[in-house]
Amino acid sequence: MSQRQVLQVFEQYQKARTQFVQTVAELASRPQNIETLQNAGVMSLLRPLLLDIVPTIQQTAALALGRLANYNDDLAEAVVKGDILPQLVYSLAEQNRFYKKAAAFVLRAVAKHSPQLAQSVVDSGALDALVICLEEFDPGVKEAAAWALGYIARHNAELAQAVVDAGAVPLLVLCIQEPELSLKRIAASALSDICKHSPELAQTVVDAGAIAHLAQMILNPDAKLKRQVFSALSQISKHSVDLAEMVVEAEIFPAVLTCLKDPDEYVKKNVATLIREIAKHTPELAQLIVNAGGVAAVVDYVGESKGNVRLPGIMMLGYVAAHSENLARAVIVSKGVTQLAIALSEEPEDHIQAAAAWALGQIGRHTPEHAKAVAHANVLPKLLQCYLRADASEDLQTKSKKALKNILQKCVHLPALEPLLHDAPPNILKHVVGQFSKVLPHDSKARKLFVTSGGLKKVQEIKAEPGSALAEYVNTINNCYPEEIVKYYSPGYSESLLDRVDQYQPH
Amino acid sequence: MATMVRLLRQTDQIVEDSYERKNEAELQRQREYLASVKIQANFRGSQVRSYFTHLNNCATVIQKSWRGYVGRQSFRVIVKNSVLIMKLNHFNAMATQVQKIWRGYYVRKYVYNYYSQKRYLEALIVKNAIVRSELEDYTEQQENLRRRQKEHEERKTNEFLARKNHHLISTEVIPGIYNSPFNPYPSEQEFLLRSVPPLKHEKTKKIGNTYDPTCRSYECPKPKQLPPIAVKPQGPFRDPTEVQKQRYKGFQPTLRVATSFTSLEEARQILKAEEWVTRLNDDIFQPFKRRDRKYEPLLHTTSKFGHLPFGTKYYREEFLDKHITPKPFKTLVPPIPVFDKLNDTYSQGQV
Repeated sequence: MSQRQVLQVFEQYQKARTQFVQTVAELASRPQNIETLQNAGVMSLLRPLLLDIVPTIQQTAALALGRLANYNDDLAEAVVKGDILPQLVYSLAEQNRFYKKAAAFVLRAVAKHSPQLAQSVVDSGALDALVICLEEFDPGVKEAAAWALGYIARHNAELAQAVVDAGAVPLLVLCIQEPELSLKRIAASALSDICKHSPELAQTVVDAGAIAHLAQMILNPDAKLKRQVFSALSQISKHSVDLAEMVVEAEIFPAVLTCLKDPDEYVKKNVATLIREIAKHTPELAQLIVNAGGVAAVVDYVGESKGNVRLPGIMMLGYVAAHSENLARAVIVSKGVTQLAIALSEEPEDHIQAAAAWALGQIGRHTPEHAKAVAHANVLPKLLQCYLRADASEDLQTKSKKALKNILQKCVHLPALEPLLHDAPPNILKHVVGQFSKVLPHDSKARKLFVTSGGLKKVQEIKAEPGSALAEYVNTINNCYPEEIVKYYSPGYSESLLDRVDQYQPH
Repeated sequence: MATMVRLLRQTDQIVEDSYERKNEAELQRQREYLASVKIQANFRGSQVRSYFTHLNNCATVIQKSWRGYVGRQSFRVIVKNSVLIMKLNHFNAMATQVQKIWRGYYVRKYVYNYYSQKRYLEALIVKNAIVRSELEDYTEQQENLRRRQKEHEERKTNEFLARKNHHLISTEVIPGIYNSPFNPYPSEQEFLLRSVPPLKHEKTKKIGNTYDPTCRSYECPKPKQLPPIAVKPQGPFRDPTEVQKQRYKGFQPTLRVATSFTSLEEARQILKAEEWVTRLNDDIFQPFKRRDRKYEPLLHTTSKFGHLPFGTKYYREEFLDKHITPKPFKTLVPPIPVFDKLNDTYSQGQV
């Protein structure tokens, strides 16, 4: 046998391995094949190929593993059980950038499924290797590493703390400043994932100087980057007043509002979330947003968007109005009530209706003026409808009841209250009648109107338990009228009159 | 005696007369008695009445003055009270005024100012309108930009397709498919085809089996040693003549290198020699310390009257004979602390 023949065997073997790995990687990219692959025992076959001498095969094997692990958590668990992670982590430091990318992809795919899997990735010592990858020159490697770190940090505060302790934050902040858009995006997303858990983590990110760089990218034309940037800023500002103030101090304010008009829905939603997170902390911050014209922009945004995208805007209006009556008046002046009323009636989903109901309750609870403004938008019947609807969720019911109660307790605008007299359940009726009993003794015009509009009759028909608050209110109302009128409108009066006719003896 | 006799003779007469008189008196006595009783009664009545009148008058005087006294006293109390009430009312009114103004001010400043609120809300409406219009402009601008970009891309793809399908263009003899002879004029696509050049199919060079140092491909075999560093230098270079000039310029030592190590001593030597040659006076200058000559005072500071005290003993003219007291003048106000430190510390005027 010649040397050539001997070498040919090896060449064939290498070709076969390459082909196998490439085919598996190809097949793994389609979800329908994965079960078959799993049943065929692909894991145990791929594992030795990770240690192959040919770098291409190693790399493709890693890619195939990553795709498999990406598919579901069982496969990801199989990767963990197969003791593949230590190998990957070991080679992450040794190999070239293509392999690093593929290995980081596997780590990311494993870590994404559950906190336990992410913890096992951390336990395999991947964090340090990934952080070292962040210092790599190649943007692709950095991107993969940042992505993996973000997925690890996403699950819970301990994992995020582990990522922070590995020293990833300053490097991620450096990654934001790189020119590559995809790297920027992923780094911003990773930062967002880190800071969402606790104020301390957010503070570490802020201390690394992330806010200034994030704020610079607000007007970037790339929509996906903007999504991540706004998500990161809102995750930073949601924790405490100080952090929110630091975000505000980056002078994001008039610029952010333009992004509420972005064609991308997620950008809009994240911007609205950011504004909401800032506004919810203190009246001063809310005032700042109002003064910057933020409420008008958010109101427009609520009017233009649909569904879940609306939700943060609605909540922002509620938070602003909740702080003080001046801010609530600012919301009313910015035509927020009409938009909220539209959202309340248009939206099919319960949680958005609940948010709108809550926001309206926050606006209407301050003074009679506010309540009147809310009542003018014809909100009360809608709220009542939400409360009484049979298929309404519990949350929607409690929210709309609370809102109704808040508004009714301040509302002295009787024409708006009258429809509620006819179809409100007793626990709401109590507040409605209570408002009437407060106003009628002092307003003669309203007394007259109350009789002519049939309110008095309705009040007489209420069956109030003696001694209850409702009975007391009814009594107060009855005391404002002459006895004959009250009798005239009480049910059964005609019968008693007829009885008297029967008993009457003509002389 | 005669008298006696006369009397005796007249005794009867006299007795008669006396009887007569007595009878007369007896007759008149009752009347007189009643009259006198009447007179006495009248007198006594008037006397008692006048006494009572007097007593009454006295009582009136006493009552009058007492009542006046008591009345004045109570009047004073009433006046005092009413003045007090008046003052109280006045003070209350003034306090109300003060409280009113203060409360109004306080509420307007710290709690709620209707007018400023109204102004603020009006301004807010204006601001909202501005923000809305700005956002509208911004979206419109963005929309335009996107539309233009999209149109541009579409045109590019159309052009590319037209270049790709350039063979469908009509020739002089045979009309192309976009140039139907049954139509009055060729279709738009035909004009597009005419306006663009055909796509050139450049032959891609086959990449040789060379090792790529950036590891773009692992198909190629690894060389035994590292690839050579790029032979051809890259980059913008300076002008060749300039480089030549710099390359062949003469040696220019620094000043430190060019000067000798003992140059200072040598220079001193030269200076000394030069001085020795050009000296006019052979007396070598002695410094002040070593001089054993007597001190000669200046002419200016000496006179036959001794030293001038002005400028050495005192610095302004004093007229001691005009002083009232030999003691120096002392101010009653406490000294200004800054002036104590005058000329002791350097200050830029701050106290």
